Amino acid sequence: MKRAWRLLLRRSLTSIPVLMLVITGTFLLLENASGDAADAYLVAIGGGDAGYVADLRAEYGLDRSVWVRLWFYISNLAQLDLGQSVALNRPILDVILERLPVTLWLMGSAVALSFVFGSLLGVLAGARPGSATDRTLSIGSLALYSVPSFWLGLVLSVVFAVQLRWFPVSGIETIASGKTGLARAGDIALHLVLPVASLAMLYLALFLRLMRAGMAEVWRQDFVLAARARGIKHHKIILQHIARNALLPLITMLGLQAAGMLGGSVVIEGVFGIPGFGRLAAEAVSGRDAPLLMGVILTSSILVILVNLAVDMVYALLDPRVGASDPA
Amino acid sequence: MNFVARFIRSPEGIAGLVLLSLLAAAALLAPVFFPGDPLAIEGRPLLRPFEHPGLPLGTDRLGRDVMAELFHGARASMIVGISAAAVAILVGALVGTLAGFGGGLIDEALMRVVEAFQIVPGFLLALAFVSVVGPSLTVVVIAIALGSWTGPARLARAEVLSIRERDFVAAARVIGMHPLEIAVKEVLPLALPPVMALTSVIVAGAVLTEAALSFLGLGDPNIVTWGSMIAEGRNVLRSAAYLSIVPGLGLVALVLGVYLFGEGLVEALARREGQG
Repeated sequence: MKRAWRLLLRRSLTSIPVLMLVITGTFLLLENASGDAADAYLVAIGGGDAGYVADLRAEYGLDRSVWVRLWFYISNLAQLDLGQSVALNRPILDVILERLPVTLWLMGSAVALSFVFGSLLGVLAGARPGSATDRTLSIGSLALYSVPSFWLGLVLSVVFAVQLRWFPVSGIETIASGKTGLARAGDIALHLVLPVASLAMLYLALFLRLMRAGMAEVWRQDFVLAARARGIKHHKIILQHIARNALLPLITMLGLQAAGMLGGSVVIEGVFGIPGFGRLAAEAVSGRDAPLLMGVILTSSILVILVNLAVDMVYALLDPRVGASDPA
Repeated sequence: MNFVARFIRSPEGIAGLVLLSLLAAAALLAPVFFPGDPLAIEGRPLLRPFEHPGLPLGTDRLGRDVMAELFHGARASMIVGISAAAVAILVGALVGTLAGFGGGLIDEALMRVVEAFQIVPGFLLALAFVSVVGPSLTVVVIAIALGSWTGPARLARAEVLSIRERDFVAAARVIGMHPLEIAVKEVLPLALPPVMALTSVIVAGAVLTEAALSFLGLGDPNIVTWGSMIAEGRNVLRSAAYLSIVPGLGLVALVLGVYLFGEGLVEALARREGQG
């Protein structure tokens, strides 16, 4: 356990300079956007005279140099102040914290489902590499992996929401249904079925392929030959010797895919009209709300770092070799 | 047995080759079959497929020829996919080589930059970049490359770390070549082949990202793309779902073709290694 904590501490320290790079880079990129917060505000209120514009710029601190403003931004960040959204006229942190849970539910369920079913199917495919089952599952998963998630979402909603009317077309819950407690939770779950399914299908294919490839790799190792020579039953070798060893790369992949999943939630939430974190990014772009977009990018980077830290911890707990060579 | 013969023995590779050839033919012949602007109005809006002999797949909400849009869309997807992958691999290999060959502080600094790019979701980065610079084909290509050059960079660095210890690098130093020249002229070409193995994954990812960007309305507005066709068809999803479904099938075919072709290449390469 001590080994895992040491690893965690070291990884968190190294991610600080990386995060600073992200903040600086994003800040400078968004600095080049045409129009600033004052312009955006003026468009919203219908314009104003030159003196008012200058006052507004001074009030927002937009008359200072880029580096001064970057310094202000970072020192505000240290106090957990992400600034004010121009389009929504609310503190950005509040908006993000309000939108995040939906997206975490969406992604959490999709990842959990795809991890379980993907690895199970992967075991099935990897049990006998080259068999008909393996070939079918491999080709099937490759085809599934080629499907754009937003398009899959549209197709699912045409079939199951528009034609069959099994699920609602969009939104996160029935508006003004007056439902509370379990009934409301059920309503939300019903709304999440299709978006979760469209995200999960994609990751199911990924986990299946990874599990299958990992198992094919482990099959070739000497300890498997030894296990067979000792006369251990085939299914026991597969489950206890091969699948267990092939599972580790899947956990690594969870960390690597965290960034991709957050990106994918932007389109999926757009397709299903879910007011989540991903759609906030699209709203920030269409509302020309640079501070909000900055906040969204920053928050997602922190999420990615956290997921990777968690993955490292799990990995260190599962594999005693990880971090063992670290100087104390 | 030569490489082509080995490739032909892989059924995946053949399937991928066939898919890609068909789509490439469609992309290349689009201006021949459908000269003129695919965004021009050709007939009554929302004509059903096979309703009009000149417009086999019918028209969309604005009366544009869906068949022409599909052919021209193949062009956009392939151009973006290939160019974004080329930029990502070149930039990645170059940065990775410099980091691996430079070592020390250069390595440390460059790898921090790589990590910074890795923790920002590539799609959000592309979204931000396109919204700041403005949508055009070149900008979209750069935006996608921004999110996909880190893989090649890490792989190239790992390769270079082993290559730099070889004798010919020491020899190049002895004859007085500039370190930068050694890195780019001697080391980079050797580090490139394993990095090229990432091509199929990067091209496929680029095609999908481009589609998602144009689906959100952030593609080049003057070019037909499959993503923008899906978004356009979404407005009439209840009455004419095929307008969204057909271009999506094109995307699936293209991405699947790229993956299958890549698998075929990997298999063919593995066979050569297996035979020694």
